[in-house]
Amino acid sequence: MPGRIQSIERAAAILRLLASGARGLSLAEISRSLELPKGTALGILRTLQHVGFVEQDPESGRYRLGGGMLSLGTRYLDGNELRTRALNWADTLASRSGESVRIGTPHKHQVLVVHHVFRPDSTRQTLDVGALLPLHATALGKVLMAFDPLVVPEEVTSVETDAPVRLTTFTRHTVASMATLEGRLDEIREQGWGWEAEELVDGEVSIAAPIRDRRGVTVGAIGVRGAVERLRDDSGRPDMEQVSYVRDAARAISRELGVTPY
Amino acid sequence: MSQQYVAAIDQGTTSSRCILFDRDGRIVSVDQREHRQIFPKPGWVEHDALEIWTNVEAVVQKSLQKSDITPDQIAAIGITNQRETTLLWDKKTGEPVHNAIVWQDTRTDALVHALGAEKGQDRFRSKCGLPLATYFSGPKIRWLLDNVDGLRERAERGELLFGTMDTWLIWKMTGRHVTDVTNASRTMLMNLQTLDWDEEILEAMGIPESLLPEIRSSSEVYGVSKGYLAGTPVASSLGDQHAALFGQTCFDPGDVKGTYGTGSFLVMNTGTEPITSQNGLLTTLGYKIGDAPAVYALEGSIAVTGALVQWLRDNLGIISTAPEIETLARTEDDNGGCYIVPAFSGLFAPHWRSDARGVIAGLTGYVNKGHIARAVLEASAWQTREVVDAMNADSKIDLTTLKVDGGMTADNLLMQILSDVLDAEVVRPMVAETTCLGAAYAAGLAVGYWPDIETLRANWHKAAEWNPKMEPEVREREYHNWNKAVQRTLGWVEHDEK
Repeated sequence: MPGRIQSIERAAAILRLLASGARGLSLAEISRSLELPKGTALGILRTLQHVGFVEQDPESGRYRLGGGMLSLGTRYLDGNELRTRALNWADTLASRSGESVRIGTPHKHQVLVVHHVFRPDSTRQTLDVGALLPLHATALGKVLMAFDPLVVPEEVTSVETDAPVRLTTFTRHTVASMATLEGRLDEIREQGWGWEAEELVDGEVSIAAPIRDRRGVTVGAIGVRGAVERLRDDSGRPDMEQVSYVRDAARAISRELGVTPY
Repeated sequence: MSQQYVAAIDQGTTSSRCILFDRDGRIVSVDQREHRQIFPKPGWVEHDALEIWTNVEAVVQKSLQKSDITPDQIAAIGITNQRETTLLWDKKTGEPVHNAIVWQDTRTDALVHALGAEKGQDRFRSKCGLPLATYFSGPKIRWLLDNVDGLRERAERGELLFGTMDTWLIWKMTGRHVTDVTNASRTMLMNLQTLDWDEEILEAMGIPESLLPEIRSSSEVYGVSKGYLAGTPVASSLGDQHAALFGQTCFDPGDVKGTYGTGSFLVMNTGTEPITSQNGLLTTLGYKIGDAPAVYALEGSIAVTGALVQWLRDNLGIISTAPEIETLARTEDDNGGCYIVPAFSGLFAPHWRSDARGVIAGLTGYVNKGHIARAVLEASAWQTREVVDAMNADSKIDLTTLKVDGGMTADNLLMQILSDVLDAEVVRPMVAETTCLGAAYAAGLAVGYWPDIETLRANWHKAAEWNPKMEPEVREREYHNWNKAVQRTLGWVEHDEK
């Protein structure tokens, strides 16, 4: 493991300092507060200015947080808003795939179901909006993990030693090794969608794809879940027609998020 | 033979759309175009009928091209439309003689009072099911004849034609001058029993019958289209709320649909006899399929539902987007004793009190914005409850299921609260575009694309369902409190402040 990089630590300290003051700070104030030579502070400020994290007031010459920093802070998307924007597309996916549809967002090391569309048949089904699903045993969760480095299973954060992480198993197919899971996540990043077979419930398969906002940040995932005989083909691969329906829906919702809300 | 589709044209208040449906009732393609809202004076709203026609032609063509569908693959065209909006045009040239007067336009206010004379707003109600109000087409026709130079004379000479937007589009497409029973039922000029123009009302309103289109069923071939879809039968016409009733497959007496947008519209199928409401609802046509008997309906509209959420967003700034209301409301488990009655411009069905104004009642130091957000959602639910109670009383049928559609159905908490206060199941169908679907269904039935309404019923699938979880004592207590809040809105406007 390489050592810590001092200039990044200093840059972080400058950002924290700027975030605490509303009126902006002069170069002298910044170098004094952080006990940095003026030249060093100026170099870091100019770099941060270049990437849009800091801006300088042309009148007073004071520094403050830039627009690039503020947009990092708004990466949170309200789950109810996501559902509203996704409503028609999720219905279309359920109708084309003939399976139930769920949209999930990351929530405290789990997947929060923010939207659920029933499978279009006459069976009795119950709405499970608000339910929490495990990250590593669902297609929704795998996709969220693959495209957002901050989304990790609980087990990863609680282990303090270097011992291999063991994930909770739900069936004999659940991937319990973090190393194996990492391999699967690489595949998902490569192909742009994810799936699992019987890892959460015996006899069930789920397929999911990421929903991205206008900055390309993954804010959720949409997927179908259904019987293994319907969603998996003879070669043991997921039904590619279903995969294309899921990806179409994810793309349509991502496009929808690119426009300003009503 | 290549795959066939049905095209539904939805000529709405702000835009025109065309949606293509396949045999399973699934959306295949959509195109939409907005038109200008023309405001010549405060309270006046007009549309340019030629602009609307150009848009309709464009969205039809575009919706086919988007999905590589050719005109010969369209089995039928169905039409649904903003209701009551009134147009007069020259029979020979086809040129509108004035902009269309839109349903929201209030220029007929004084005229409507004068028409009521000593008998009041219910003068024609027993015949046409409607009270005298500015929305309906009859008074708008009369206003045009009285106020636009030469129109009265030209109308008497039989040179002019009247139509709501369905009639205008069908005339442009096929050259036939027809309307359907649902659109005709919003003019105030049709007799609900005979389903024909009522001579006595025409006489009283001073409208020559030569202006009026022939009244037909909602589902039959009116004529064959010219232009891009040349040769395709134009086979349905339904006002938007009636189309939604049909699209929600509310085919049995007692079936109710609720469309939740900025305002909300509840419509109940009451079977083949019209019911005159004793409880402030409108009697209207549900639909009429070909030669089958007409199906009637009771309608109750709520002026402010989603608009209250927008008010919280735009006027108070408590939320930044409408869907956030649910997030905020979920921060509390109840309303904290707070009730909001959004009588922004009086109370509509079933109260009909123009002297009412909105209140926020039950405020204490304990109430926070989470409670207020809950009270906002509950306001939509209790207003629905009032209309449903009126429907149950008039129809003698108790509601068991409310079929919902519209933008606000994305709010899961609202749907749960609705189910709780109605003590009924609330279901959302898979295709949220029930208005277009209804028009498509009616057109498809007329040409045999779908064999019967049982097939349509089989196409209907639940996307979600909510069931009541509220204890009966809580429901009763909350309804009691809501009613107390409603009482406090009444009589707020003491003089005619206009």
